[in-house]
Amino acid sequence: MPRASVISFEQVGKSYDGLRTLDGVSLAIAEREFVAVLGPSGAGKTTLLRLINRLAEASEGTVRVEGEDVRVADPIGLRRRIGYVFQSIGLFPHMTVAENIAITPRLLGWDAAARAARVDELIDLVRLDRARHRDRFPHQLSGGERQRVGIARALAARPRIVLMDEPFGALDPLTRDALSRDFRELHDALGLTSVMITHDALEAVLLADRIVVVRGGKVIADAAPRALLGGDTDPYVRELMETPRRQAERLQRLIAGGA
Amino acid sequence: MNAALDGRLADALARLPDYLGGHVRVSMAALALGIALSVPLALVSIRRPALRAVVLALSGVVQTIPGLALLALFYPLLLGLAMLSERTLGIGFSALGFVPAVLALALYSLLPVLRNAITGLTGVDPAIEEAALGVGMTRRQTLLLVELPLALPVVMAGVRTAAVWVIGTATLSTPIGQASLGNYIFAGLQTQNWVFVLFGCAAAALLALVFDQLLALIEDGLRTRRRLRAALGGLGIALVMLSALAPGWSRPGARYAIGAKTFTEQYILAALIEQRLAAAGLSAMRREGLGSSVILDALAANDIDVYVDYTGTIWANALHRTDAKPRADVTAEVGSWLKERRGVTLMGGLGFENAYALAMRRPRAAALGIRSIADLARAAPTLTIAGDYEFFSRPEWAALRAAYGLNFRAERQMQPEFMYPAAAAGEVDVLAAYTSEGRVAQYDLVVLEDPKHVIPPYDAVILLAPRAAGDQALADALQPLLGAIDVDLMRAANLRASAGGAGVDPSPAAVARWMWEEIEKRRRK
Repeated sequence: MPRASVISFEQVGKSYDGLRTLDGVSLAIAEREFVAVLGPSGAGKTTLLRLINRLAEASEGTVRVEGEDVRVADPIGLRRRIGYVFQSIGLFPHMTVAENIAITPRLLGWDAAARAARVDELIDLVRLDRARHRDRFPHQLSGGERQRVGIARALAARPRIVLMDEPFGALDPLTRDALSRDFRELHDALGLTSVMITHDALEAVLLADRIVVVRGGKVIADAAPRALLGGDTDPYVRELMETPRRQAERLQRLIAGGA
Repeated sequence: MNAALDGRLADALARLPDYLGGHVRVSMAALALGIALSVPLALVSIRRPALRAVVLALSGVVQTIPGLALLALFYPLLLGLAMLSERTLGIGFSALGFVPAVLALALYSLLPVLRNAITGLTGVDPAIEEAALGVGMTRRQTLLLVELPLALPVVMAGVRTAAVWVIGTATLSTPIGQASLGNYIFAGLQTQNWVFVLFGCAAAALLALVFDQLLALIEDGLRTRRRLRAALGGLGIALVMLSALAPGWSRPGARYAIGAKTFTEQYILAALIEQRLAAAGLSAMRREGLGSSVILDALAANDIDVYVDYTGTIWANALHRTDAKPRADVTAEVGSWLKERRGVTLMGGLGFENAYALAMRRPRAAALGIRSIADLARAAPTLTIAGDYEFFSRPEWAALRAAYGLNFRAERQMQPEFMYPAAAAGEVDVLAAYTSEGRVAQYDLVVLEDPKHVIPPYDAVILLAPRAAGDQALADALQPLLGAIDVDLMRAANLRASAGGAGVDPSPAAVARWMWEEIEKRRRK
């Protein structure tokens, strides 16, 4: 029996200026699940994510968060209890690392002492250095450090749900690997429900419990990574999953041959 | 360094607290009002593109109105408002000086602040705006916590531009009666006191520079979040403001305000009246450089108490008369009209006329065989005439043209001080000169006869404001001036002020003192 679903889409569609970006999407994401949304550019991945915290409104169908129809929820309150990691990172350039991390707690009216304690806790959690980073401005940080701050900011108000829009896309491979593993650990340790957009099949396979493939506004596959790697009826999904599989096989041969 | 330059510098320095204080007060009030108007306007219009376009276009149009015209337009507007408010609410206010200057300058400061605020607010990276929404900010919080702080450097750059513009343009508030550093420039241009002109320009430039740097300090402090810098800049501005408001800087409340138009003779006569009042123990201040169209309204509205005007000017401009009558009749008619229609008292004539007259260099007139305006009509199509800024739009000029069929090759408007050298250099052939002008003799000009008596008489008369009508102390102080100045004395005085000479102090105050000595000498004879 699956656990209670924290996020659910029921026949959700979305049109922008007559253009159909999502069509008849139904999904149920369970508590503590780590879901990767995979697909080509323009498939509707970001729209799907934005519907969850009402940065966008569904044209039809119902989106529920923790059982509540988001249309009746207060969007501000909704956003404050859902962490969001932006593709562009989106740190506030005029605020220090500490102020960026503490922004949602500040909006929620936490007192200064509680915010400061939470900032220290999060700086440790995302493996930054309190002394070196706390009072820096975003432009003084490296790309990887910036996205660590972005993740810390998303986690600051102790959300149970974290949404991530290609969070590691702009990072160099080493940083990307380290940061994604760190986040997976945090996901497990904090008992989060995470939805991550990516267009990198390997990243999806290695990180997620479940992969949702979106193409042309429709969900064309929804399964565990192992199941998808084993082959799918849809030719696009097969093609998509071929890549990490082939890469893994070649790597294995290379390692075996070299040994 | 020669004595005259020394005297002029000392004179300029003595007026600095008054002029600089006025300048700072009017510019800062205008800038504050401009910011208070444009920032909210920018805020309401950033999400309304149609409104934004209208607001920017309107403030752009304001910017294209020449500063002097914008300032001058506010005077009649406010005069109307003041009368309306007096009538309906019983609250009157002075339409002269501070208020119109502040309003006009505030309008001037709108565009740079507004444009920069809109640019700054709409220029915030959409990814940052999205992040602000994503972390759960309301629209208001997005504005206050993200958009405004990020737009601040751009907004401050607009404020700095506005500050420099306003401080520069504030020099033009002199003709509507606001004391400013422009008083040096206007008075200096009229009396050929180049020390004054340069002093005024340099002081205004320096003030603009200081303010710009203080604002830059605030901007830098806010951007880099060095509170000390921002505080220092703020403190600097506060200090300048405070010193401008301090009692020592502002003019002590004088009982009487003496008006003067924008030419040398008026500066001298205002100084003479001030000295007479001072001798009688009456405190007075001068409001110099008032526009010819503003000054009578200002008197009727009690914004000034006394000034010298010319009967022909009022005859033509206020009574709209195109006929000419004998001197006594014109004075009588003008006097009764002023009393009935404006409540103004014509106290009496000073004893000379300052009429418009057409004049030519003597050799040139002789060569062309011109002795009267009637002779001039034949040669006019090959000649150029120069007049002051108002002459060619005055009814007398229209009457002259009609009566004699004058039709010149070209009409040139000039600062009166430059007409005479231009005639001497042969750049213009005919001048619309003034009969009391000292340089008519100096430049060997011949005044052409007016056989048809088209030009009305221009007796210099003392006019009193309605509230000064029954003021015996004022009347007693001014009485000795009536009929005491003949045209030769006025010419000599004007010549002293404009041409100076060895050992002559050309400042209006010194010339006025010299005049009084002459008047007393004649009386003793």
